[in-house]
Amino acid sequence: MDAANYLYLSALLFTIGAVGVVVRRNAIVVFMCIELMLNAANLSFVTFSRINGDLNGQVVAFFTMVVAACEVVVGLAIIVTIYRSRRSASVDDASLLRR
Amino acid sequence: MNEVALQVGQTAAPEALLFWILAPLTLIAALGMLLVKKAVHSAILMAFVMIALAIFYIAQGAPFLGIVQIVVYTGAVMMLFLFILMLVGVDSSDSLTETIRGLRPIAITAAVGFGGLMVSLLSRATLGRSAVGVEAANSDGNVEGIAQLLFSTYVWPFEVVSALLITAALGAMVLAHHHRIQERPTQRQLSIDRFRKDSLATAAGLPAPGVFARHNAVDVPALLPDGSPAPASINASLKARGDVLDSSRFELGTVDTSADEEK
Repeated sequence: MDAANYLYLSALLFTIGAVGVVVRRNAIVVFMCIELMLNAANLSFVTFSRINGDLNGQVVAFFTMVVAACEVVVGLAIIVTIYRSRRSASVDDASLLRR
Repeated sequence: MNEVALQVGQTAAPEALLFWILAPLTLIAALGMLLVKKAVHSAILMAFVMIALAIFYIAQGAPFLGIVQIVVYTGAVMMLFLFILMLVGVDSSDSLTETIRGLRPIAITAAVGFGGLMVSLLSRATLGRSAVGVEAANSDGNVEGIAQLLFSTYVWPFEVVSALLITAALGAMVLAHHHRIQERPTQRQLSIDRFRKDSLATAAGLPAPGVFARHNAVDVPALLPDGSPAPASINASLKARGDVLDSSRFELGTVDTSADEEK
């Protein structure tokens, strides 16, 4: 088996995550799809680290995980705040600027 | 030098077996995330994808990242997601109808284009040299190797990331902090309000629900002296849910009193 297969898997997971961000309307599901995209990128980093034979890729993937954790904390706090004021977690309902 | 792109050399057969079993399952779970209606099911499928990715990391010579993936993602992040789902409401299922017309076909077309482009690009790319494998870099141990890099080359980003973590924690606290707009009413204030209302009818408290001696459940309105049901005796949230029984069928007029008369 070729290690590039992991890259194909990563590309497909990233694509699925991108579709989810566009198609789904529940803010939490949208958020999970963003996490999926980040994880797909991480898989690429780890695979390239193996292809290149040094650990730099793994360190970058580690940093990505830390940033993703921060993003989850702040993002979920925003979702809770929006839910508290609007009683809805749908991304379509927060369209105050459009009107 | 291989013609085929990114030829890393044939990996061991167990890894190939692992990949070909786990990769389709991961893809199916990721697709399921898009297709299931309930957000909780999405979260469960997401957790499966995370664990599968952790296994892939471990299989690719990154055991540290694999463990971190399980601890941070399936442990902390997915827990947080489920926690927020419980807070926001488990049954907050998505309406799967399109709100923007034509969005879904456009999204799927774009995704097929993007995915096809990525896959074809990857299959045509050449590294220009044969790939190495991470075994030599891991000779001192994976954790030691990462620590060596993290505390030498990447020590500045590492410090910045710590500042980022603290900022995120503070930001979450500020966002989640709840301001009380009005002062909480005291018991004294509540009792004064009760007597200052237009009518003194409820000053002694609202009528209790239930028809006396026949049915005293909270979902049956009490009967007034003239026999009509008293809507004020029912909790407003029960009324909103439509869980109110008709109290007329518990009225005294329909009681079977034949047993008493025979005596």
